[in-house]
Amino acid sequence: MCTRAVGALSRFFEEEGVPTTGISLVRLHTEKIKPPRALWVPFELGRPLGMPDDPAFQKRVMVAALKLLEAPAGPLIEDFPEDVPASTEEVITLACPVNFAQATVASEDAEQLHESLKSEIACLRAWYDIAVERRGRTTVGSSGLDVAAIGDLIYSFLQTGKLESPRNDIPPTNLLKLASDDFKAYYFEAITAQPGQEYASSQALTDWFWDETVAGKVMMAIKNKYENSEDRALRGAARGFLVPREVARLRKR
Amino acid sequence: MVRLEKLSEEERKHLVEAECPTYDMRPWVEGPPLNQRRVALVSAAGLHRRSDRPFTRDTGDYYRVIPGNVKGDELVMTHLSINFDRSGFQQDLNVIFPVDRLRELAKEGVIGSVADFHYSFMGAHEPKNIEKQAREVAVLLKKDKVDAVLLLPV
Repeated sequence: MCTRAVGALSRFFEEEGVPTTGISLVRLHTEKIKPPRALWVPFELGRPLGMPDDPAFQKRVMVAALKLLEAPAGPLIEDFPEDVPASTEEVITLACPVNFAQATVASEDAEQLHESLKSEIACLRAWYDIAVERRGRTTVGSSGLDVAAIGDLIYSFLQTGKLESPRNDIPPTNLLKLASDDFKAYYFEAITAQPGQEYASSQALTDWFWDETVAGKVMMAIKNKYENSEDRALRGAARGFLVPREVARLRKR
Repeated sequence: MVRLEKLSEEERKHLVEAECPTYDMRPWVEGPPLNQRRVALVSAAGLHRRSDRPFTRDTGDYYRVIPGNVKGDELVMTHLSINFDRSGFQQDLNVIFPVDRLRELAKEGVIGSVADFHYSFMGAHEPKNIEKQAREVAVLLKKDKVDAVLLLPV
């Protein structure tokens, strides 16, 4: 829904006397809101500049959007003429000695599941560290919790449906969302540091996380277990904070 | 995108049926040539510095300030939606918040200069709810002598 917000922001700024231009990811929303200037791009949600690690491509998108500031009249929507190159949908195999495929979320295997989750987190650590070193940054850290602690928190939430926030300043359900985002970021940053995975598509990464990792299984299990809970906060967290809508729909029990 | 025809029926429906406000006014502000403009980035990705507060659903909690000299490793994202790709952002900040590219464009003389402050909204809110704070940000942008804003959705 961000294209909607961006269109509205563009209008509000311009009404206050600040010239604006912007990127549109959802052309339909831009056509309805009619901001003064917009460049529609054919990229997936979450990638308004199209290609990570391709400065020349990013710059072409930016200049095309900025050039609209010199257009004589509007409102106008221009279409960016390039699409991102088709990605190779590689099958990702996790180079790790633990056989995660054996882990199940059945209650009788609870201990094994927790151990598998801890092993998985531990064995991705080296790749995560390489990723941070290589990129000079990490997007993990909004919850302020260590990833091992997040694993324990999420596992414990699956078992009990209760969250006790280790942070006094953040309500438990908010913390679950932040911890879940951090958890996924840790896995994605780690796997893309492995050989051959650097340019994995978002779809390949999504499939790997939700179909092949214990972390994905645990988070999906939380959703399945609590999405119809009578507890409103629990139900909301299970439905909205962990598993993307499309991922859940395609993997319905 | 997002080419609507490439989406599943359910995701397409979600976007097509999203309520969009319509407006009567057609604002249009002219400015100098691009190579003389001072440019700020305004993202709707829910970005902020690691040391700043995570975004919440609370009324009034709509945007964060991002200093113009921010380093890439300082920024995290706490957008409330989990329904868009974050792997691009994890690999390269510039795919979502092209602050390095903006500095390069200033050095190359394509734009005049880079603003002292950028801003990030959390784009899941209804447009009417963010209007008041958006107008406040416009005042701040003018004080920063910004005469070009590049808006970035997610």
